[in-house]
Amino acid sequence: MSEIIESVKNLSIGFNSQKGKQISILRNVSTNIKKGETVGIVGESGSGKSTLALAMMGYIKQGLFPLKGECLFKSEDLLKMSSRQLEKIRGRKIAMIPQNAGQALTPNLKIGYQIDEALKLHTDLNKRERDKKISELLNKVRLPSPETMAFRYPHELSGGQQQRVAVAMALAGKPDLLLLDEPTTGLDVTTQAHVLELLRFIAKDTGTSMIYVSHDLGAIAQVSDRIVVMYAGEIVLEGPARKILKEPIHPYTYGLLKSIPKLSLAGLPASMPGSQPQPGSINEGCSFYDRCNLATDNCKKNSPDLEHIKELDTNVRCFNYKELINQNNNLQTSITKKSNNSEANEVLKLKDVSISYAKQKFFDQLLNKISDQNPTVKDINIDIKKGETIALVGESGSGKSTILKSIAGLLKTKDGQIKFENDRILSSDLKMRNPNDLRAIQLIFQNPDESLNPNHTVEQILSQPLKLYFNLSGEELKKNIIDLLKKVRLGEFYMSRYPRQLSGGEKQRVAVARAFAAKPDIILCDEVTSALDVSVQAAVLNLLQQLKEDLGTTYVFVSHDLAVVRAISDRVAVLYQGRLCEIGPSQNVYKFPSHPYTEVLLGAVLEPDPDIKPKLVAEDIVEEKPPEKGCSFQGRCPRKIGDICNSKVPPWQIGENGNAIRCHINIEELASLQQ
Amino acid sequence: MESNLITEDKQKNKLEKVFEILKTMASRPSGLIGLSIVLFHIVLALISPYIAPYDYKAISPNTMLLAPSAEHWFGTDSLGRDVFTRTILGGRTALTVTFFGSLIALLWGGLLGIFCGLVGGKIDDVVMRVVDAFLSIPWILAMLLIVSLLGTSTEVLIPALGFFYGKGIVRVARAATHDVIAKDFIVSARARGHSNMSIIWNEIIPNVRDAILVEGAMRWSWMLLGFSSLSFLGFGVSPPTPDWGLMISNARGLMSFAYWSVIAPIVGLSSLIIGINLTADAFAKALGIDRSTKAPV
Amino acid sequence: MLLLILKRIGLGLITLFIVSLITFVGVEVLPGDACTTYLEREAYGAALDTCIKRLGLDVPAYERYLDWASNVIRGDFGYSLSGEMPINEVLGPRVKNSLVLASVSILIGIPLAIVLGIITALWRDKLPDIMISTITIFSMTIPEFISATLLILIVAIWLGWLPGIVIIPSDATFYELLSNIILPVVAISMIMTAHMARMVRSSVIQVMASDYVQMAILKGVPYWKMVFRHVLPNALLPAINVVALTIAWLLGGVVVTEVVFNYPGLGRLVIESISNRDLPVVQALAIILASIYVGINLIADLMTLMLNPRLKSLQIRK
Repeated sequence: MSEIIESVKNLSIGFNSQKGKQISILRNVSTNIKKGETVGIVGESGSGKSTLALAMMGYIKQGLFPLKGECLFKSEDLLKMSSRQLEKIRGRKIAMIPQNAGQALTPNLKIGYQIDEALKLHTDLNKRERDKKISELLNKVRLPSPETMAFRYPHELSGGQQQRVAVAMALAGKPDLLLLDEPTTGLDVTTQAHVLELLRFIAKDTGTSMIYVSHDLGAIAQVSDRIVVMYAGEIVLEGPARKILKEPIHPYTYGLLKSIPKLSLAGLPASMPGSQPQPGSINEGCSFYDRCNLATDNCKKNSPDLEHIKELDTNVRCFNYKELINQNNNLQTSITKKSNNSEANEVLKLKDVSISYAKQKFFDQLLNKISDQNPTVKDINIDIKKGETIALVGESGSGKSTILKSIAGLLKTKDGQIKFENDRILSSDLKMRNPNDLRAIQLIFQNPDESLNPNHTVEQILSQPLKLYFNLSGEELKKNIIDLLKKVRLGEFYMSRYPRQLSGGEKQRVAVARAFAAKPDIILCDEVTSALDVSVQAAVLNLLQQLKEDLGTTYVFVSHDLAVVRAISDRVAVLYQGRLCEIGPSQNVYKFPSHPYTEVLLGAVLEPDPDIKPKLVAEDIVEEKPPEKGCSFQGRCPRKIGDICNSKVPPWQIGENGNAIRCHINIEELASLQQ
Repeated sequence: MESNLITEDKQKNKLEKVFEILKTMASRPSGLIGLSIVLFHIVLALISPYIAPYDYKAISPNTMLLAPSAEHWFGTDSLGRDVFTRTILGGRTALTVTFFGSLIALLWGGLLGIFCGLVGGKIDDVVMRVVDAFLSIPWILAMLLIVSLLGTSTEVLIPALGFFYGKGIVRVARAATHDVIAKDFIVSARARGHSNMSIIWNEIIPNVRDAILVEGAMRWSWMLLGFSSLSFLGFGVSPPTPDWGLMISNARGLMSFAYWSVIAPIVGLSSLIIGINLTADAFAKALGIDRSTKAPV
Repeated sequence: MLLLILKRIGLGLITLFIVSLITFVGVEVLPGDACTTYLEREAYGAALDTCIKRLGLDVPAYERYLDWASNVIRGDFGYSLSGEMPINEVLGPRVKNSLVLASVSILIGIPLAIVLGIITALWRDKLPDIMISTITIFSMTIPEFISATLLILIVAIWLGWLPGIVIIPSDATFYELLSNIILPVVAISMIMTAHMARMVRSSVIQVMASDYVQMAILKGVPYWKMVFRHVLPNALLPAINVVALTIAWLLGGVVVTEVVFNYPGLGRLVIESISNRDLPVVQALAIILASIYVGINLIADLMTLMLNPRLKSLQIRK
């Protein structure tokens, strides 16, 4: 039994509400961190995981205060220490790697200074040794040209580089314990995989204990030895990573794992009803009661204790956990969706579409010359069939949302045409489109907080399209609104609510209802599930699929998440730097042979399974502009064959499975390379 | 009948909302103090003509510069007029002029600001440059010039003050509009094909209203400060109308032996300005405008 | 970078041009011209003729504007009607006196405001904050003429510590001035300091809530080092521009304060020239005060440009 580094005992943290009530957001949490071990703390937003992590450094956010319990670091209570004592521990014994390094690095100080600061505080090195150490650290986190890097300001680095700097800074004090608070959230898929790989390497290399906090079971699965699952401020399940991920014996964890879409599975993940309760809203009973399908009357009245199960080396907070033991083989299932009729007509065609963000210079405008030879999005040809779901996939900067905007008429195309129904050309100017075309194409946005007017009730929000397109009023309007709410599984009483009174999932349902209010032919979905918690995401995906099957709507679905795309789409188009790389039926795109970029993306996906490791085949360089000539992926391609990639745009090749790949490498050769 | 019910319901909702905001404002001690002071001054301004014990313009050589007594609570001034009478009447002009002045400022500043925020581009640049230029002429110089050439009647003062204090509101309204039009719900309304007017009315105005109203409330207290400064300099209300600024100016020379005739109007004016300020502050906090004091969770 | 600076200076000049247009057009539009306004009932016959000749009112307005503007650019503001001498001679000592008053107030006010702002932010909602914030609310809201009057009443009349009214000739030396300006400086800097302290406070509070300050704490940076290295540079930078705007706005308060203390500066000249209806002087004052405003804002802009690493690196890249 190895030594315990930090132990949390019966910790509760809370705040005083405006009405003077004491509300706890962390309740009776106890756990131990052993030397050399990596513990993953997983939970959805609002589960208290970040509060717990910060408390483990003796830091309580302003407005919160500890109600009871202690955080013992080497048998000293961090919560009782003076700030002078804490300064000696923070950075030296326990170091933090923050979620968003871009915001966690002080903007007015150079990278080198910020690392040097940590070295000065926590080591006895002199100036020359420190300078050497800074280069070493920057080298260790694999940042390019460490010498010049030290003289740069944080905003001059990319997101992945900033995150690496934060790692270097945390390592400067040679801590015994590293706290990682969502260190890869917000990074692109490939960058995320690279940073995780680095962290795993550091854990092994230095023997440091780590606490890895994340909402993403995929990331947690890659690094953790042990996993702690949090729900509504409590630990509901705790045990060895493999056990938790493969045989979860708490209904929440079980449901959560089932609701994650997986690369290997076509079809939709099962969803969990409801959403996590707000802090302070539970008075008695189990906090998971309303969402649990094992719940009994006992669960409503009494809240279960965290029970230790010796044979599984697991702690679980559930009365009925036994029902879940040995019935986990069905974790790898999904709801099959009805495939659409492939004989259907094309409803939307993009022909040679190019879009440019560059502003035309004044003189060019006068001469009516198009100056931008290298537009953001170029040569997009996609035909979309009626009733299908086509997904546009790519990392940030791939132009996927740009294409969506120009279909909606919000961005003018530079070249090419967008044709709707029977090859009728849609004007690229919103004002020139006729009302019926506007009605036929509707948008759903990523963040419902931004896409719903905070000053309107749900009734007002939904009545806007109904009034605009169908001139409804009075009783009829109300009836339609209630119908719409029913369609998205919301009750009539939601009509008088404001968006701020709804949960994230409910808000997105309202946004879905608003899009469907127009009785549209096509709905453009822009990262519609990225802002939602996993368990809520599955529910929204299922809802979208259900509505589509009922109403025959066509979806253009933009996402960075390959697993989500796999779950919902019939066909996938992969984009890099505004150029198409690959397009085809989804089951084929997810199979080899693939375009090298698709291969890189698929390799970087993190699955909630400790046995599936990401494959890192390309550097995570950030390219700011598409290359002027040749293949768009030339800068990062692991299978680049030579000059031809830099000079000639690769040809389309159709594989036997029906997916089209744009690469200079012969498709059969590609297939054999990727086996 | 049905639609009637709906509007009634909405009106009730609006009243409830106003009431709720007032309640939130009063829940802080500073807000409660501010609201009570403002309320007190408004009531005083309304009833003071009926409760004033003396005639405010009655000059009497027998009662010059009397110290406070049972007969003259705040003493008398150099012309023998009752200071208490003049003090309780002294806020009426100031309140009226600045209230209507703020309304005008709110209206033109808000509308121009929203317009600039919406159109953006070259027109916005030019308008903001002109607004900036106006901002760079000290208000007091411009006001003095206007008043000295056009006279000190309220018909001149209200629009002039309204104009000069509206400039700041233009900036606030413009910034708020800029923030809102980048939001997805505006993009969504545009993509649906709503007319510009409907987008402005339904989506933008409700979301910039709060910021503009708060700014207007702040401007009210500043305008009161400006207006009383004008009076003090002799360019505001003309004598013998009782006005705090003017009273302070007149009594200043004699304050070494008749301090009461200065203190009373000072207390009156300062309390009103502080009251409006505290109210505006509480109003901003109740609407959640002040970003530095966000709730922790 | 150089381009950016030139652009800012250009914008300032454009603003001044618009100001000159506004004042010129304003005077033209308002009833009466400079001579009839000045002479009032005596505006007839020889007196009016000489006045019109002197000001060149017999030529068309746009010519007069061009003439006037080109003279102003050369530093010649024209002729004062009431003083019967070139405006430059009237202005000279006044500008100097006002500059002394304003710069002493600013030199005391800004550091004080920064210190108070930081104290209130760091001890937010604790006793020092509540006390200082209450005082700043009072001194921010009370008009200068009231605080000035109260200062005279209490310090000069009741306590008899300092002279209540400044009695110095308009060409007094710097040292003569200093002893007389303590009370005016207090009156002016009270309101200015209060405004700025509140701005600094909210700026510091915002930065204190940022991720990078939390990170610095979790890195083990000692409190005061954190405040000076991580908080203040980032909090004060955006405050510079706002402070500049406030200073310019509060120039109006200088006018009132000068009148209360009978101080022979630009502010009193404003009142005098308006009372005398001396429009050429008023025009000159408008341009001068606007230039001060534009100048202060320009300095603030340039300071932000110099200090902001984001803009600095812009220059490296280009």
